[in-house]
Amino acid sequence: MYLLKLLHSLGQYCMLMSRTFKRPERFKMFFRKYYKEILSLGIDSIGIVILISLFIGAVICIQIKINIQSPWMPIWVSGFTTREILLLEFSSSIMCLILAGKVGSNIASELGTMRVTQQIDALDIMGINSASYLILPKITALITIIPFLVIFSVGAGIIGAYLTAYLAHILTPSDLTLGLQHDFHQWYFWMGVIKSLFFAFIISSVSSYYGYTVKGGSIEVGRASTDAVVTSSVLILFSDMFLTQMLS
Amino acid sequence: MIKVENLNKSFADKHVLHDICATFHNGKTNLIIGQSGSGKTVLMNCLVGLLSPTSGHIFYDNRDITTMSKQAQTMLRREIGMLFQGAALFDSLTVFENVIFPLEMFSKKSYKEQKHRALFCLDRVNLTEAQNKFPNEISGGMQKRAAIARAIAMEPKYLFCDEPNSGLDPKTSLVIDKLINEITHENNITTIVNTHDMNSVLGIGENILYINKGYKAWQGTNKDVLTSNNQQLNDFIFASDFSKQLKQDIISHINTHNS
Repeated sequence: MYLLKLLHSLGQYCMLMSRTFKRPERFKMFFRKYYKEILSLGIDSIGIVILISLFIGAVICIQIKINIQSPWMPIWVSGFTTREILLLEFSSSIMCLILAGKVGSNIASELGTMRVTQQIDALDIMGINSASYLILPKITALITIIPFLVIFSVGAGIIGAYLTAYLAHILTPSDLTLGLQHDFHQWYFWMGVIKSLFFAFIISSVSSYYGYTVKGGSIEVGRASTDAVVTSSVLILFSDMFLTQMLS
Repeated sequence: MIKVENLNKSFADKHVLHDICATFHNGKTNLIIGQSGSGKTVLMNCLVGLLSPTSGHIFYDNRDITTMSKQAQTMLRREIGMLFQGAALFDSLTVFENVIFPLEMFSKKSYKEQKHRALFCLDRVNLTEAQNKFPNEISGGMQKRAAIARAIAMEPKYLFCDEPNSGLDPKTSLVIDKLINEITHENNITTIVNTHDMNSVLGIGENILYINKGYKAWQGTNKDVLTSNNQQLNDFIFASDFSKQLKQDIISHINTHNS
């Protein structure tokens, strides 16, 4: 029964995506909506991304210094480990999990409300491909903006680590710099960016699916919003495992 | 003109519409009336293509929507304007942006011409002063008028109104009814209004289709309603003792006048 429901949802999702990836009726309208989505999904998320990354960067650095670093280890360990955690997992995967909560619920509740208040029906009646008009700009906008959010996250995380050095004197700034520059592989940065592109697609498309297919009223919109976040998060974790294996 | 032939609609094992046959004339305000749950919203959703009928045909000026390709249906929808029960204005757009939206999406006119048309529609529904407000900043009646302006922006041949007076006070309802009726006559539109508002039935019902438990139970004009002997229709329209007495008085008055 559960498997049947899962297959039904998967089929519905694929059909929705096939309607979504159609040529927009008017490119002028598409770009206008795309720009709005960049602002609401991306620019509005910069604050939370920086805030969380700043503290997590600091905490990682403190934890490594206090719990891992020992006299027989090289002095660059704390900086090196902080950088690797930020680049490889935190700024791409964990940040996308956080964004799944913020952006995913935003998308699902917006589309869900539009569905229950018949705004989507109004678009359909006008002869507009509502899936393409509403969902495509969200997917493209999030895919466009997410690499920048990853970069901001890495940057903020490193600043957080430096704060522990300059303000809390957990380690010296020179030791941290040495660690951050030690054995740097550029590919790790690109790996994080590539993974985030997949996660952006998961967050935007899955959340759009839950919002777009809502039936009922406000309770169902709330439920769709929760389902969108939970499903996106599970899919991000699941795909992270495969992507990490593939890209490493 | 919209013609419905032997329309049936079922949801799983629940048969909602049974062999509905009706004609909705152009240049007239056609009403679909019936109790809540009688199937009138399902009928309207079938008419506009939001639901596919289980069997039967719907002809838009001899074009059968039930056998049309998806692309042809999309093109036909550009000839349709619809006023939803809750207005269904786009929350993120101002009243003006809502009205100009279908023009920007489909019209090949210049922006200046589109703006002119949108302002004309807003003026037609007396809403020019609220053009820069968002839907949540205006009253329910104003939202309905804005939705009418949006529905007529593309100069539709067919206008559908789903319970346009729900949630409105009687005076505002009359304004909306009058507006729909005037726009229908001015532009020679085939208008179909889904309602259970008795003021609308008696005020603007030039062609009324009464649906009862999914069956077509009666069809006529607002004048016919007063003299009809259809028990189900009378029980529905003249539900209270007071209105039943009122109908008796009207019939006696007509009989006295005729004799």
